[in-house]
Amino acid sequence: MSLFRDASLGDGQLLRTIGIKILLLIPVLIIVSFGTFVLVDLVPGDPAQQVLGPNSTADEYERIRLELGLDTPLLERYWDWGTKVVVHGDLGKNLINPRVDVSDTLQRSFPINLELAFASIGVSLLLAVPAAMASAYFAGRRLDRSLSVTAFGMISVPPFLSGLILILIFALSLGWLPDSQWTRLTNNGSWTDLNLVENIKSLVLPVLTISINEIAVFLRLLRGDLIGTLQEDFVLAAKAKGMPTRHLMLREAMRPSSFSLITLAGVSVGRVIGGTVIVERIFSIPGVGKQVVEAATKSDYPIVQGGVLVLAIFYVAINMGIDILYGFLDPRIRRGR
Amino acid sequence: MAAETIVRLPSDSSNMTVDEVFASLAPKPPRGGVIGGAGLLLAAIVAVYLSLATLGDLPGIVKVPFFLVGVYVAIRGIDTICKNVKGPGFDTGLWLCVTWLGLLGLAAIFADFLPFTEHVNTVKSIAEPGNARPDLFSRHPLGSNNFSLDLLGQSVYAARVSVGTALMAVTVAVVLGSIIGLAAGYFRGWLDIAIGVFTDSILSVPALLLLIAVVTVIGKPKAPFESVWKMGLTLAIVAVPTMARLARANTMVFAQREFVLAARSMGASNRRIIFREIAPNVALPVLSYSFIIIATLIVAEGSLSFLGIGLKQPNPTWGNMIAEGQVSNVLRKYPHIALVPGFVMFLTVFSFNRVGEKFRSLWDQREAKI
Repeated sequence: MSLFRDASLGDGQLLRTIGIKILLLIPVLIIVSFGTFVLVDLVPGDPAQQVLGPNSTADEYERIRLELGLDTPLLERYWDWGTKVVVHGDLGKNLINPRVDVSDTLQRSFPINLELAFASIGVSLLLAVPAAMASAYFAGRRLDRSLSVTAFGMISVPPFLSGLILILIFALSLGWLPDSQWTRLTNNGSWTDLNLVENIKSLVLPVLTISINEIAVFLRLLRGDLIGTLQEDFVLAAKAKGMPTRHLMLREAMRPSSFSLITLAGVSVGRVIGGTVIVERIFSIPGVGKQVVEAATKSDYPIVQGGVLVLAIFYVAINMGIDILYGFLDPRIRRGR
Repeated sequence: MAAETIVRLPSDSSNMTVDEVFASLAPKPPRGGVIGGAGLLLAAIVAVYLSLATLGDLPGIVKVPFFLVGVYVAIRGIDTICKNVKGPGFDTGLWLCVTWLGLLGLAAIFADFLPFTEHVNTVKSIAEPGNARPDLFSRHPLGSNNFSLDLLGQSVYAARVSVGTALMAVTVAVVLGSIIGLAAGYFRGWLDIAIGVFTDSILSVPALLLLIAVVTVIGKPKAPFESVWKMGLTLAIVAVPTMARLARANTMVFAQREFVLAARSMGASNRRIIFREIAPNVALPVLSYSFIIIATLIVAEGSLSFLGIGLKQPNPTWGNMIAEGQVSNVLRKYPHIALVPGFVMFLTVFSFNRVGEKFRSLWDQREAKI
């Protein structure tokens, strides 16, 4: 999303740049949606047959062909699907279970992804920010070095490994937390009967698994920025005035150092919303990723199309929001550096 | 990074000569000398040996920490020896990573000549009792799985597939991505916008979902070699845009430099400027970044085969080996089935990251705008 970041952004130009960015989103979304749509045609063999398996009736076969619209040409079908999505928000029906709308399936799983993503990024920030402060303050000393090595190790653990290790320790050996079962926050969507405690219990390990990678990335980024800021003159001036360390770190150094962290945290939320397939599998969480993967193995194409499209829209929108926010937060960008 | 260059004067520097101050600032090798380091190393080897061989019946929650502490002490020991022999500036961690990658590479290349116990043919191994625990001096040094296949052999053959796939993907990504990025960064204009929209489109779909979708279309690989090229090309789909962005950003920086202007004023053609003037400069950051990409791709390949979308057992990849040990009963009773390939994979990813980071800090010019 950074096509125009190098253009000089005078105050009046900011709005124009944002406008251009929004315009450029449209082709991105068209390409993404067309890409997922054309997938059905690329599958070798007859897609309808693929969905049904070997023993199926002619009736079912006709229904699937009709639902996929296989008798019309590709572009016409894409146009029909696109207008339905844009105008009615209708993503079609599940093929395997035709009574359920795709949008209903996604509506039921998407909040889980949001919950996971925000919880993980929140936890990661909560742990990474103090660690980065300590690391930057004691830069080059033993604490800093061991934190850096730890962060390096944490980046290199694949999530399916860290998830298993966490299960092994906290669920199987110690028995403190449930092993791969998901309790929804609400069962029927009403706010009166909440399974808050159970929900949080089933949230802990997945969130930790996701956080292990994110914490390390945040820590390294903020540490670098903080070290840069701590060498600036205004920090020295504050130090010369006899300000306590707490004030130096929190009031003086933190704000100018946090811009890239905020950007990265935002981008991470977008990425984690769609990027938790592995965690969803390990902990049997019925999120969008799991639905899409299961649908893909059963050739239930409308779910794959709808799921990928929704995740991509969210990712693009969040990135976009971050880009705009960044322009307002950091005056240096507005004035064109 | 700036942090490493911060200089702290000794507290009583006021009554020292300049030479003394400099001498006191020079880094010192760790205490203990070669002998101390060797002692540490010896103790660590004993600890690791105990945890793998003799302590066989203790629960994993005792053994694994014991093993990890042993590994840590061993690294400290090696560090002490190397710093005392080679001087205090020696980057032991980096060289350990290089050594690991070298050993793994050699083992993977010459795997066919190494004396592994049966690791792929379940018919031959069926007579043996399965799920052997790691025992360094048995026929299965790192244990065996449910079908009595040797985990050491499987891990080494898995390295062929996993690392081979990542290398395949990164080669394609470096070549294609550089060309695309050079073109976009040099010509700018509509070409740049079109390429930008295209890379953004690919990167806005969650990578794993995109890969899963592509594999369902092209079909799962069935043999190790097929897996390397098929999954390699699939992974290249997500790696190319990343490389293209990096190459584009660097191209834009170099395209404004004086030597390009000089070449142009001498009448050099666009092709000559791109390939002779800019490309060699762009190659350095792109190649050094490719190590970090390899690490990411190994994880991505592992994720796919972990999800069952990739090579299937008994043809091993690290991902499907870990998946085998993931089932909750197996994980409870025989955690080593998941942990052994996991540890090998972690070391490899860590090493690629570490080496890549080193290269990047050597060549990176202030985090080019990506």
